Amino acid sequence: MDLFDKYAPFSDRYGQLEDLGVDPFHMRVEKILSPTRAIIDGRETILAGTNNYLGLTFDPTVIAAAVRALKTQGTATTGSRIANGTYPGHIALEKEIADFLGRRSAIVFPTGFQANLGILAGLAGSKDIILLDADSHASIYDGCRLSGATMIRFRHNSPADLDKRLHRLAEKQVNKLVVVESIYSMLGDQAPLDEFAEVTRRHGVSLLVDEAHSLGVFGDRGQGLVAELGIEDDVDYVVGTFSKSLGSVGGFGASNHPKFDILRYTSRPYMYTASASPSNVEAVIEAIKQIRARPNLREKLWDNARDLYRRLTDIGYQLCAPVSPILAVNMPNEETAIYCWNELLKAGIYVNLALPPGTPNGACLLRASLSAAHSPNEIKTIAGVFANIAARAALKKQPERVGL
Amino acid sequence: MSNAELTAKTVFNEVRDLLEPYNPNAVDIVMDTDLAAELNVDSVAAMTLIMEIEDKFDLDIPINLLPDVNRPRDLVDAVLSQAKSQ
Repeated sequence: MDLFDKYAPFSDRYGQLEDLGVDPFHMRVEKILSPTRAIIDGRETILAGTNNYLGLTFDPTVIAAAVRALKTQGTATTGSRIANGTYPGHIALEKEIADFLGRRSAIVFPTGFQANLGILAGLAGSKDIILLDADSHASIYDGCRLSGATMIRFRHNSPADLDKRLHRLAEKQVNKLVVVESIYSMLGDQAPLDEFAEVTRRHGVSLLVDEAHSLGVFGDRGQGLVAELGIEDDVDYVVGTFSKSLGSVGGFGASNHPKFDILRYTSRPYMYTASASPSNVEAVIEAIKQIRARPNLREKLWDNARDLYRRLTDIGYQLCAPVSPILAVNMPNEETAIYCWNELLKAGIYVNLALPPGTPNGACLLRASLSAAHSPNEIKTIAGVFANIAARAALKKQPERVGL
Repeated sequence: MSNAELTAKTVFNEVRDLLEPYNPNAVDIVMDTDLAAELNVDSVAAMTLIMEIEDKFDLDIPINLLPDVNRPRDLVDAVLSQAKSQ
């Protein structure tokens, strides 16, 4: 008997992937060169599988802000927010986020994952019910579990299924919190947020939206999909991350609820962890300024997304959702997905390989994500390699033609 | 049949039908069949199965119960207890 016995199915699964000649969990970026380039396996590679939507990781003003903080405030706070870990930058960042989103208050966490843990576990308790979208991110599932609330899943992106469940629960006199994301990372599909907002408003329950993949991507100043749809008043809580469009590390929760800040004294994932490093904090403040001031970054991102979407569909690939900065290419089976992922990498293109059980409905996916920093030539190169591989995969007589 | 009239036998019959797609080796599904070992129902499949059962009986089964769902008997118990409480 061994503590690790329970992981036998995972070891078997990992062994199967190794047998197929792929080890996506141990891919190493040997040297990062820019938001869109790195050395991988000794080759210069175009990065088309990061969340660096606006390419701000190498922005000179963002770097300068981080360096200034590093030199003047040190490498870390070495303390939690409720002890010695609250610097003027943390307060300034929270004010900046609240102002950016038009919310009364914002609370910053050291990672996006912790933001969901802290906000969900803080908001809900064992007597409450959380209704969550079936395809929610792991951090949402774990945050809900940590809260101790009763967890009920509804069908992915289905306001009708949520409505049905809320009707069934109507007589239960407990707090109900609905949790959805704006953009789902696996398929790149967008939630019908306005329809969800109508359902939650009609039933008088709270709505939390995770804008991890939509912040900086939607809205006239990049505030997210909630702002783009003009449904701010129907969304009670917003969660987001700094590790995508904002090019840093960290996360936040924001709300207009007058008691929201009590989470600072009740949410353990906020209270009992070291606060975000000063350089991260100052980098995010500068990144928000940049995305507010430079709408061209969003335009460039969407141009790139539309361009690659058109090129991939012209080749004959089947994409899982309408155009978004995440383009999930559907593969007919695991063997083909692994073959194509390896071939792309050998040809200097990195995308994400996503396989069951981590994908919805057992899908096998090559997941490309775009950046405003991709040049038109890089998009053309990515599509060109995809085209070559489609041809080769067909020549190899894969079980089904790639993506068709 | 309304949910108030459900019995363990009627619920089991429905659950057994819903388990058939997870039964490639055509094992005889009984109340104590091991869902993971004998039917290949992993944690993801279990969540899908729960949703199908919810639709069939028009009730909600909290996924907090999942760690305790190992056999069809556990699913039957979950349906009966939720039918009672809803």
